[in-house]
Amino acid sequence: MIALESLHIRAGSFSLSDVSFTVPSGAYAVLMGGTGQGKTTILEAICGLRSIASGRVLLDGVDVTRRKPADRAVGYLPQDLALFPTMTVRGHLEFALRIRRQAPGVIRERVAELAHVLGIEPLLERRIQGLSGGEAQRVALGRALSFRPRVLLLDEPLTALDEKTRDRLCELLRSIQRMTGLTTLHITHTRAEARMLADKLFVLDAGRIVERPLSDLTDAPAAASIG
Amino acid sequence: MSDAPQRDLPPVVERRHIAGSDAPFFALLGTLGGSYLLLIVLLIVADIAYTSPAHFIEAWEKPEIQAAVRLTLVTCTISALLSVLIGTPLGYLLARFKFRGRWLIDTIIDVPIVLPPLVIGLSLLILFHVPLGDTTLEKWVQQYLGLRITYAQPAVVLAQFAVACAFAVQTMRVTFDQIDPRAEQVALTLGCRRSQAFCRVVLPQAWRGIIAALTIAWARSLGEFGPILVFAGATRMRTEVLSTTVFLELSTGKLEAAVAVSLIMVVAAMAVLGFVRSLGARVN
Repeated sequence: MIALESLHIRAGSFSLSDVSFTVPSGAYAVLMGGTGQGKTTILEAICGLRSIASGRVLLDGVDVTRRKPADRAVGYLPQDLALFPTMTVRGHLEFALRIRRQAPGVIRERVAELAHVLGIEPLLERRIQGLSGGEAQRVALGRALSFRPRVLLLDEPLTALDEKTRDRLCELLRSIQRMTGLTTLHITHTRAEARMLADKLFVLDAGRIVERPLSDLTDAPAAASIG
Repeated sequence: MSDAPQRDLPPVVERRHIAGSDAPFFALLGTLGGSYLLLIVLLIVADIAYTSPAHFIEAWEKPEIQAAVRLTLVTCTISALLSVLIGTPLGYLLARFKFRGRWLIDTIIDVPIVLPPLVIGLSLLILFHVPLGDTTLEKWVQQYLGLRITYAQPAVVLAQFAVACAFAVQTMRVTFDQIDPRAEQVALTLGCRRSQAFCRVVLPQAWRGIIAALTIAWARSLGEFGPILVFAGATRMRTEVLSTTVFLELSTGKLEAAVAVSLIMVVAAMAVLGFVRSLGARVN
């Protein structure tokens, strides 16, 4: 579960106040809203990368508001992916497990499992330079999932991809979520993407987060007001 | 021609357009850049022409010059390594964190860059000999560390380091400025402490900058002359480095020997910088 309670976030001259919403355990929530509304800021606040002026962030019922990013067990896939330029694909998948001092056998097994699920087995020894957009997304997703996080946060993960790759990754995201039951919060601009993925739909508009019925994604007049 | 009344028509943009040659641009770049290159080459050629192989060999065979070469290489390397050791964390702090008083740190670090190096040497000398109660820093270091600083070899390193480190800090700061902090932030969400994110994600990306900082600090140290003369003196076989050798030879009227030593410096500098750069290329 992801629960934000009256969150007040300040980032330079930008601020968001009284942000509250709950993503129930195991749900795939999609957050939509226009550019510059602060969707990314909200995800960063959940990760612990933005300081919170007031309010609480609860993950699976645990108050993590004052915890460091490292101690929140959040799988985060930023919009720019932020892959590690000096590492191989395998290095990315192993990274969080090595930090957690997992046994080599455990790491090997987990990397093999992730690479299989994500379909990136042939890429394991490659460096990230020269990966295609879809491949890079899979690597970033694998890195975020590797340590079995409590929740998964995806910041417009499919925006820069062509339609075919996007559809394939949508299916992959959905199947991984079904398989793991991982509570997921996914930011997107694209209604088609939201239609394919969302169990729950939230819209950020003028600093307020409102839950909307999924039918809004297909209903044309209502859809027009969603990001 | 029609008889219709003339109306003010918007000017039509001529579609046919030829951009012209790029040759003048490259010629200008080549001329301006080449003029500086030519100046350096001419300086070296003039040195070579002025001296003779005999002078060069004679200079090379002098034990005091060999000692100066050794001391130069050792002290420059130590001060360059120290500069990078200090410059990396300081550059990182300045690049990544906004905190109160950062402008003051920035200004203080610029002091050795702005001040004439001679003033740094003088200030070092004063620092080590200004009375602190009934002792001085020099006496304190001698008493507790058993190390003589002033007019001894540690003074050479300290004089070089005091100036070179400021350049290393600035180089490392620019390096970290250019590294996207996002990867580091993601590393934090993956379970890293700040130190782990720095060592595993940031530092491997900073290699090129570290090599550049090492090169700059080494070169600055090699060129340092004023502060070494003031703080370490120029005692033959003890605190004499190549830059002071040139001065000593020149001041005793041995222009040929001074030029020969200068050429030794050119060769040493090119060899070390070439080695460091190839190391950097391999790492990258």
